[in-house]
Amino acid sequence: MIEVSHLSRTYGGLHAVDDVTFTARPGRVTGFLGPNGAGKSTTMRVMVGLTPASSGSATVLGRHYADLPNPGREVGVLLDASAQHAGRTGRETLRIAALTMGLPTARTDEMIDLVGLTPTEASRRVKNYSLGMRQRLGIATALIGDPEVLILDEPANGLDPAGIRWMRDLLRGFADQGGTVLLSSHLLHEIEVIADDLVVIGQGRIVAQGTKAELLAAAGTLVRSTATTELSQALTASGVTVSRSGPDLLRVDAEPDLVGKVALAAGVALTELRAADGAGLEEMFLDLTADTAREGVAA
Amino acid sequence: MTTLTATPEVAAVAGPGRETPARIPFTRVLQVELIKMVDTRSGFWLMIGIAASALIATGAVIAFAPDDQIVYDNFGAAIGVPMVFLLPVMAILSVTSEWSQRSGLTTFTLVPHRNRVLAAKAIVAMVVGAVSIGVALAIGALGNVIGAGIAGVDPVWDISLSQALTLTFANVMNLMIGFMLGVLIRNSPGAVVGYFVYGFVLPPLTMLLAELNGWWKDAQPWLDFNFAQGPLYDGQMNGTEWAHLAVSGSIWLLLPLAVGLYLVRRSEVK
Repeated sequence: MIEVSHLSRTYGGLHAVDDVTFTARPGRVTGFLGPNGAGKSTTMRVMVGLTPASSGSATVLGRHYADLPNPGREVGVLLDASAQHAGRTGRETLRIAALTMGLPTARTDEMIDLVGLTPTEASRRVKNYSLGMRQRLGIATALIGDPEVLILDEPANGLDPAGIRWMRDLLRGFADQGGTVLLSSHLLHEIEVIADDLVVIGQGRIVAQGTKAELLAAAGTLVRSTATTELSQALTASGVTVSRSGPDLLRVDAEPDLVGKVALAAGVALTELRAADGAGLEEMFLDLTADTAREGVAA
Repeated sequence: MTTLTATPEVAAVAGPGRETPARIPFTRVLQVELIKMVDTRSGFWLMIGIAASALIATGAVIAFAPDDQIVYDNFGAAIGVPMVFLLPVMAILSVTSEWSQRSGLTTFTLVPHRNRVLAAKAIVAMVVGAVSIGVALAIGALGNVIGAGIAGVDPVWDISLSQALTLTFANVMNLMIGFMLGVLIRNSPGAVVGYFVYGFVLPPLTMLLAELNGWWKDAQPWLDFNFAQGPLYDGQMNGTEWAHLAVSGSIWLLLPLAVGLYLVRRSEVK
């Protein structure tokens, strides 16, 4: 369980994190989604005490991070895979972590095995590692203490498709066993396939949060017809919001079954009717961050 | 990388029934920081460098020194001088690598109290300083016996106990200078350059200034830390000389250390 409450961090006049409140629950994967520079990493650094908060607070397992007696045994943290001593071997990096936590050093080889590094690779210095290998080493460091909470900042960066699939399964398994997972990403599709809950952040502020199902439902329905004008009138008359997404395509803020009933009642033939998920989440992400994203709206 | 097999087994079981782990004891932080000082590539080569230069210097004393110079003091110095120069760099890197190599992201999340980590690093640096002088004196004694044997003279034991103690003190202080520079600058190249300026560029300049400026010549023992350390190496410190050391050391070591520690506590680890 991670609870973030009215957390803010300012740099001079810049509000890097602005009144952020959310909870990551046990047994669920919480996706922390936002464009670059939205404040994800700053929020995570404040959570683990590397950056002081300007106001507000964050607790992990009901305590401030600094009050955890042996944090590595309760919280696995990976903030930046490239932040590892280049002059140490991968195995040595893990041994240091195991020693600090008071674990038997045999745990080191188990972890090397778990994250798919070969013994030869583990004996090489981190300087020679690819980003994907550093990411695996970082995940091994986070998992070695057998924690019940994971805080991972962009853990999929640099992993190949098989690695991304592997990590997804690993985090799913971790959450299914009752663990709490908070992972950040600026990649929608990555988050979409793994997260149960979403927290969307833009320019330091939370712009949306909820379960993935809720947020997807909010994305509405796409309906295609040759008679969009009649359909649009009928839908508007029944009190739902309709917008035109293409020459024969409408986007409706309602469930597909309602749209179907309205179409039937209006006697309009449909060529396609589906929930606007998948692409819908992307649209939501772009919409939600449009007023805050640096690119603005391309349309 | 190995081919990724099926879903990995994670033994993560959360929820009630988990015990809160015990607090990390300070002795463990000490042990970890000691290992971290030597288990990197730079730490390894610094050790090799110290050992090699000590060996070469001992050999040079045996090979080139005239018989009346085959004395313990020279063997001790042959081994001790490379240590005195190079060990502070280990103390510097032990602090700065947490920032320059960014390993602090892990260090300070596993031990979320910077004071504890830095206290451990300081103690390790002091212990390394004290132990290394012991090693230098022991190997120097061996060199003295062998050297005297080769030269066919009686070994001369000309390091007194009080000199050994002040040498140890001087070496420990040297490592603390490295530690201080590391904490203050928190950047490996910057702190190493700072150390060479501090230890090798400033002393001749202050000596030169003393030649030219009468006021500085009088004030030098009180204000010039390097100058005030000189008597430590001769092993005979009187009360005034200890006072010189205390005053100049407060200015050049304790004050910047306090500033550095204050900054570390407030800084972000990125």
